[in-house]
Amino acid sequence: MRILLKEGRVVSPANRIDRVMDILIEDGEIKEMGEIQCENCRVYNLERKVVFPGLIDMHVHFREPGREDAESIDSGADAAAKGGFVAVAMMPNTNPPIDDPLRVRFVVEKSRSAKVFIFPVGALTKGRKGQELAELYLMAREGAVAFSDDGSPVENSLVLRRGLEYLLAIDLPYLSHAEDLQLSQEGLVNESPFTARLGLRGRPWVSEAVGVSRDVLLAEFTGAKVHIQHVSSRRALDIIKEAKDRGVKVTCEVTPHHLFLDERVLESFDPNFKMNPPLRTPEDREALLRGVKDGTVDVIATDHAPHSWDDKEVEFDAAPFGVVGLETAVSLVWDRLVHRRVISPKRFAELLSVNPARILGLRGFGIIEKGYPAHITVVDPKKEVTVDRESFASRSRNTPFHGWRLKGAPVLTIVEGEVVHSAI
Amino acid sequence: MRHLLSIEETPREEIERILEVGRTFLEISRRPIKKVPVLRGKTVVNLFFEPSTRTRSSFEIAAKRLSADVMNFSASVSSVRKGESLKDTVLNLEAMKTDLIVIRHPSPGVARFLTTFCSSSVVNAGDGAHEHPTQALLDALTVLEQKGRLDGLKVVIVGDILHSRVARSDLFLFHKMDSSVVLSGPPTLIPPYFEAWPAEIDYDLDRALEGADVVIMLRLQMERMKGGFLPSLREYRERYQLTKGRLGLTKPDAIVMHPGPINRGIELSHEVADSSRSVILDQVEKGVAVRMAVLSLLLGGEA
Repeated sequence: MRILLKEGRVVSPANRIDRVMDILIEDGEIKEMGEIQCENCRVYNLERKVVFPGLIDMHVHFREPGREDAESIDSGADAAAKGGFVAVAMMPNTNPPIDDPLRVRFVVEKSRSAKVFIFPVGALTKGRKGQELAELYLMAREGAVAFSDDGSPVENSLVLRRGLEYLLAIDLPYLSHAEDLQLSQEGLVNESPFTARLGLRGRPWVSEAVGVSRDVLLAEFTGAKVHIQHVSSRRALDIIKEAKDRGVKVTCEVTPHHLFLDERVLESFDPNFKMNPPLRTPEDREALLRGVKDGTVDVIATDHAPHSWDDKEVEFDAAPFGVVGLETAVSLVWDRLVHRRVISPKRFAELLSVNPARILGLRGFGIIEKGYPAHITVVDPKKEVTVDRESFASRSRNTPFHGWRLKGAPVLTIVEGEVVHSAI
Repeated sequence: MRHLLSIEETPREEIERILEVGRTFLEISRRPIKKVPVLRGKTVVNLFFEPSTRTRSSFEIAAKRLSADVMNFSASVSSVRKGESLKDTVLNLEAMKTDLIVIRHPSPGVARFLTTFCSSSVVNAGDGAHEHPTQALLDALTVLEQKGRLDGLKVVIVGDILHSRVARSDLFLFHKMDSSVVLSGPPTLIPPYFEAWPAEIDYDLDRALEGADVVIMLRLQMERMKGGFLPSLREYRERYQLTKGRLGLTKPDAIVMHPGPINRGIELSHEVADSSRSVILDQVEKGVAVRMAVLSLLLGGEA
């Protein structure tokens, strides 16, 4: 089946394209770009819509194996497709964790029937325990695109040093959930005057900043590629910016919830606002927005963390950390940043496609170009949506954005030439 | 008023109303027959997930003196967490047609969580380190009876502010009533960012006590030593125990309060605990009266 995308505004910064044109897709590839007529093509009229290289969410948690009731690989992929993503990087904190080649292969095999590409991230250490290195090379050979111990940051700095050095020979990045767990003292929310009123145990910004400092310095020392996940505080971002200015190979991401929410929503004690890192102060949020604008922030990633409703609908202490994000991210970023002219569509493409593809080394992603695989996301800038958790394709509903009205929505997702989501 | 969840979100007029009604109930408890039919036919559940003798009995007596039926449900969080969820527990109790639920639980925000699915009125009897509104109300009634007013006073709260729901509720209440509040204790238990609160912080207790009208001493939990908040009991006692000598720094008619249970010889010296300046047992009496006021205002219709 040949597909013709007609008269969309194509924005592909990797090859400096930003203009209205047609795209012909055949056999999973982009066959032609320009002004195209086609007889027996399925035609999508994309006038006044924006065509991006397929978006990539480089930070998701699917719960297979272990908690398929909250999210399976398939249901997660469905959510991704619906949210406008053609690929995701799946974190290894499953049960059992993805820490050996066989388990990487399990994810790869399971993904074959999924709607979008699922790139497994392997654990850096066995069992994500931070003690012995996992089989990084063998996992890479099976398809791991990066390594991370995820929510359990490697506490022992020597183990991390060895891991980063070892990765030099594999040339894949380390994704760092940077946090000093001692300073975090199992806090539930940001530590601040505001949350102290609520009597909720705090996780201060300094625990993130100390973790980021160490990991950035080890990146500098070893020369390894380090990507800091979900930066949430102003000071942590300052440290990253300073390191980048010095030429350290460090990149970073922020999440939509840290960009568009702050700790003041916690007054409701709603566990749908409980995540790690926690929502911080309005000043931190402003700093993250500045970072998105000025280029310090490389990527917007969701940290999609599905939890069953039963697990979340409990007292605040007992609720697990995390919120879903795949089906709200594009509309949020479009409405709050592109629509309000904080960033351009070009920057949108960099944050959500070009940079994640580059950081993870995903060949054939992050670009719309003749001869390349047809991974495409189309956004309708005028479409208004109301976030409704009941309509999610994800098996979980733990969103902090339920009921938000947003302008701009993903309306067409194409993976290797196949339409996996269409709302046109 | 449908629920009582926190002092922070209770308007000053509400607080004054509760205290006014509480004053009238004081008299009932002093009668030979201590019972009025205000809540006849109503069912009150005491749902306690933390050990408590004083607060639970105070609520129970308050409800009984108003002729309500009272049921006590005590459980530990760990035992409940393994099986039935809190929500299911509460829904089951509610299915027996309860009118009001008094809840104590170690998780902040629990009382509010109940209001998201309960049809009964909810009274917060202490939710983690968040709030303990009826304690603040009984403290206020005690001060009001002793001083004749709640404004223009200097109130000093001493001890483990960080972990104390009583400190939070008292702070908001006295601030709302236009009294000034000073927090005193070691910085590990009053982190510097508490300066954003409507209170002054003074790590030097002697200085904090100067000119005080009311001194509220908090209970020191022994596990704070293990948490690295304090080096030793001895050092805490030296610096923050309210002794007879230190009491001399306050106004001559200053009163000493404590939410109980007291650690004699730790936060309070024996002489101070037993002195005429101590109104700790007075607080207990006022506790029944304000809880009667809260229950009747929440359930008595015209509230």
